[in-house]
Amino acid sequence: MDFLELLQMFLSGAWGTIKLFTVALIGSMVLGTILAAMRVSPTPVLRAAASTYINVVRNTPLTLVMFFCAFGLPFLDIRFGSTSSFNSFVYATIALTAYTACFVAETLKSGIATIPVGQAEAARAVGLSFGQTLGQVILPQAFRTVIPPLGSVIIAMLKNTSIASAFNNRELISAMRNAIEVRGDLVIPLLFGTALAYLILALVLGRVFDYLEKKLVIMR
Amino acid sequence: MKKLRLTVASVAIGMLALSGCGQGGTPESSGDGDKAEAPEYSVATGVDLKDSKTWQKAKDAGEITIGVKKDQPGLGNVSAGSDTPEGFDIEIAKMVAAHLGFEPDQIKYTETVSANREPFLQQGNVDMVVATYTINDERKKVVDFAGPYYVAGQDLLVAEDSDIAGPDDLDGKKVCSVDGSTPAQNIEDKYKKAELVTYDAYSKCVTDLQSGSVDAVTTDDAILRGYAKQYEGEFKVVGKPFTEEPYGVGLPKGDDALRDAVNDAIEEGMDNGDWKKAFEYTLGSTDDVDMPKVDRY
Repeated sequence: MDFLELLQMFLSGAWGTIKLFTVALIGSMVLGTILAAMRVSPTPVLRAAASTYINVVRNTPLTLVMFFCAFGLPFLDIRFGSTSSFNSFVYATIALTAYTACFVAETLKSGIATIPVGQAEAARAVGLSFGQTLGQVILPQAFRTVIPPLGSVIIAMLKNTSIASAFNNRELISAMRNAIEVRGDLVIPLLFGTALAYLILALVLGRVFDYLEKKLVIMR
Repeated sequence: MKKLRLTVASVAIGMLALSGCGQGGTPESSGDGDKAEAPEYSVATGVDLKDSKTWQKAKDAGEITIGVKKDQPGLGNVSAGSDTPEGFDIEIAKMVAAHLGFEPDQIKYTETVSANREPFLQQGNVDMVVATYTINDERKKVVDFAGPYYVAGQDLLVAEDSDIAGPDDLDGKKVCSVDGSTPAQNIEDKYKKAELVTYDAYSKCVTDLQSGSVDAVTTDDAILRGYAKQYEGEFKVVGKPFTEEPYGVGLPKGDDALRDAVNDAIEEGMDNGDWKKAFEYTLGSTDDVDMPKVDRY
């Protein structure tokens, strides 16, 4: 195991992390937006359903959520493909999505609260429905307000992908375990290397959010 | 107030739903009716290893710190509800400690997961490591090894009625191991047609084997024997090891006086029957098990 082989191991691990992250990012943004919309909707049933979901899932450790997905879903015979590696990938992304969506929804909700109530009243006055008001007036502004805290949520999710290694997913942490197993003489450098890999990914993400913030921020 | 009650109720229901799926993992450890006699090791008196810094430090402190595993039945395991580890590694640790002049109650066990073993020895957190520690050249760069005290080999744990008779029968089958372990790497490199499933602990693999989600669990035979013993009549070890994993006692690099003493302890235990007693007490019959030869490199 020379340096190049180790690097290759870590690169394929990083690729696994990026795959998990990307799918969960899209999923949690969509589900989070739906949950936030439910939270502010005029229908009490929807409001109650969304807050119940958020209260339960947000207050459960992600490891447990993932355990439920990885062992509970197959128990209920819910499968997505023939190979266990693909199934495990889907289970892990479901768990990450379900969990992160709560934080996205709460962040968005605080963004919605910053939009002056006059905006919604004006939208109603020109005859927009609730859906149109939310989708075309409120949410676009809310998103732009919460880019910095949303960035924190997304970076936390990047690091949370590491839990998936315990449930049959190959990513940075499993690459690290593999590397430590074959190179016991390099344990500490390998730990630092793994931390550095996460740091690089998180810094790149941070830059993306800084850029978005500059582009989209609402001057008040 | 009413709202709070609703929230609490809904959370409670959610937690119940979640916790319901965590069941069926670890069964009660079976009562061993015909357990062999617990071995007693005679503690050496008047031991003086003043050339060994590690030994001197432990002697002054009145206790020796030994790194062990706590999640591997039969080798180094802490069963639910107890706080003392037990297993073949633990017996070897007691045997060596006795030879170095330490009573069983002067041993402090520290958990060393695989990734911790070298750093803990290098930093002096532990005086020695007896934790399914395979001797290899990369590790020898930073720690020293006494032993081997046992040569394990990668093997397969399958259901009692399974027709898998060796690694070549794994084509298209699901085989489970621990993420990042040598056995998992072997399957990935040499048996590409098998479908590898990895978790962070063998207990999850065993759960999957019970439910039929995987066809086999693979790791060192000693660990599998421990599980086969725990699930008597449900699982069997195939018994055709296809690798060699010499287990050694990990020691701080460069403490030759200590390494010689530990090697002496292992050899003596093999000669006077203590090794055999320890093995029978923890892993079962020694009929098809050979004692390895200690390598004083």
